[in-house]
Amino acid sequence: MKIMVCLKQVPHQDARLDINGDGTWIQEDNIKFEINSYDTYALEEALLIKDAGEAEVLVVSIGPDRVTQALRTALGMGADRAIHVNDPEIQGSDSLGMAKVLAAVAKEENPDLILAGLMSEDANYAAVPPMLAELVGIPHTTAAVKVERSNGTLTCDREIEGGANEVVTLEAPCLVAVQSGLNQVRYASLKGIMAAKKKPLDVKTAADLGVADQVGAGAAKVSVTQIAPPPKGDTAELVEGSPDEIAAKLVTKIKELGLL
Amino acid sequence: MAGFDGVDFLRLDALLSDEEKLARDSVREFVSREFLPRIQEFVRQDGAFPMDLVPQLAELGLFGANLHGYGCAGMNNVAYGLVMQELERGDSGLRSFASVQGGLVMYPIRTYGSDEQKDRWLPELAAGRAIGCFGLTEPDFGSHAGGMLCRAVRHGDGWLLNGTKRWITNGSVADVALVWARTDAGIRGFLVETDRKGFEARDMKGKFSLRASITSELFLQDVELPEANRLPGAEGLKAPLSCLTQARYGIAWGAIGAAMACYDEVVRYTRDRMVQGGPLAGKQLTQEKLVFMLSEITKAQLLALRVAQLKDQGELHHSMVSLAKRNNVDIALSVARLARDLLGANGIVDDYQAMRHMLNLETVRTYEGTHDVHTLILGKEITGLSAL
Repeated sequence: MKIMVCLKQVPHQDARLDINGDGTWIQEDNIKFEINSYDTYALEEALLIKDAGEAEVLVVSIGPDRVTQALRTALGMGADRAIHVNDPEIQGSDSLGMAKVLAAVAKEENPDLILAGLMSEDANYAAVPPMLAELVGIPHTTAAVKVERSNGTLTCDREIEGGANEVVTLEAPCLVAVQSGLNQVRYASLKGIMAAKKKPLDVKTAADLGVADQVGAGAAKVSVTQIAPPPKGDTAELVEGSPDEIAAKLVTKIKELGLL
Repeated sequence: MAGFDGVDFLRLDALLSDEEKLARDSVREFVSREFLPRIQEFVRQDGAFPMDLVPQLAELGLFGANLHGYGCAGMNNVAYGLVMQELERGDSGLRSFASVQGGLVMYPIRTYGSDEQKDRWLPELAAGRAIGCFGLTEPDFGSHAGGMLCRAVRHGDGWLLNGTKRWITNGSVADVALVWARTDAGIRGFLVETDRKGFEARDMKGKFSLRASITSELFLQDVELPEANRLPGAEGLKAPLSCLTQARYGIAWGAIGAAMACYDEVVRYTRDRMVQGGPLAGKQLTQEKLVFMLSEITKAQLLALRVAQLKDQGELHHSMVSLAKRNNVDIALSVARLARDLLGANGIVDDYQAMRHMLNLETVRTYEGTHDVHTLILGKEITGLSAL
């Protein structure tokens, strides 16, 4: 069985973010990056399947040189090999452009299962996984909080509104975009990190994958025109007093606002 | 602390390999998520370690990480040092646990043990299924270890051990104690299974320092041991001293971790703490302290990194480790004291880290060669004259 896990490297959750010169993205110089946390759950789910039996876990990521670190971490956690699509021409792609790159990888690799995080913590579109599934022509589900396999069928619990779960079955090959918290993500062990040095990490460009004309800002139908910090509010109200008093005042306030 | 991101003013990260950074970051994350949320609970006890974390520590490969074979990660000494730094960023007790297991028990078995001893103990110790302790110091012999009273005498084909060891990390939770004892032929090392008749470990209570670490006293009364339990390669005091060089090397890095934790905490605190209409960080006296801390941490990092490179090249002299341990622990203690100062009254409670690190570092300054002993080792190195 072959499992492809899509990883995105995003700014570290504690990084201080400043907006770049043209106001369309953040300053990426000298901030730390990490694997998108939703994707770490997808990776862990793949590694659990590998631990339980025979599976090859392939991790794929798109991005500049710094992405090597994310892929090496994934290899250190136990993935078997990595593909790094590193091509400045891809910069400026919209979700569809990214999905096309990943679809090209998936078509070359023919995985039995593609796992991805539900969304990325930076851009937050939650669009790439369903697009990728459609482009590859396989069924998919999203927001999975439990994944079970039986022969070629996957049964997933997925989170829906109101805290309820919906149970779906999919025939492999298929794609599952996972919700966070569905497993306990492991740490890369020191032995794993040493072993990762010898694991293959292939670097490809959009041209290698035959999608050079479908990616980048030129091909994008959605482009970011501006990002801005939220405006400073002047409606904040400080609630003061003892903990009991504060709690009572808060309850009153929440009732006043009709939220309770 | 949530969001700890290290201290790297001179962009030393650029000098590290991918594996070195990954090892550091993985341990950093583990310490932030699994260890630090529980430190307060353990510090409030009197000599207790979160033993349930041991399987996870082993799984991460933290025991004997720079040793090769026998289930060890085989990392270089830069990565090993960074790992020690991150553990001590959590607490000196956590780093001590790993230092003792790896540097003081696994290293001597790896270096001086028989194949049988290696096969029996190293995989178990690496996997955390067995815990080890190192018995060198005695109630009356600390810095002057060569004066030890613990004796091993011939008893049939084997040995009979008698003596007391004190200040022994993990003594009461150990499955095996590496006990150094005087024989007619000089000092030798013995692997003592702690369930042997005549062996007893009692915990030492009332410590102000290293509260999240188990410290014991070992009593050996007519403990019978087969010859197979003696480390065949260890002859004389230089054997235990070589182990201490390993552990001291880890301390030189660990102290940077403790200092970084204090610095990180106090920079955040002074930015947020309002004093006379502005942040405490905006005051001249505060800035002078912060600059001292950053400068000393940066110098300590450079020192540790160079010592690590020399160790990997096999060019390291033990006096270089003395210089690094002496300096880095000293500055870490100064950093912790200044940080506690800046935290004001908040600095005396365990919601903040500085005082815990400060108190721990008093021990770290004392063990594995006191500050003064390292001064005299270096003094001898400079002058050729021993003042010890």
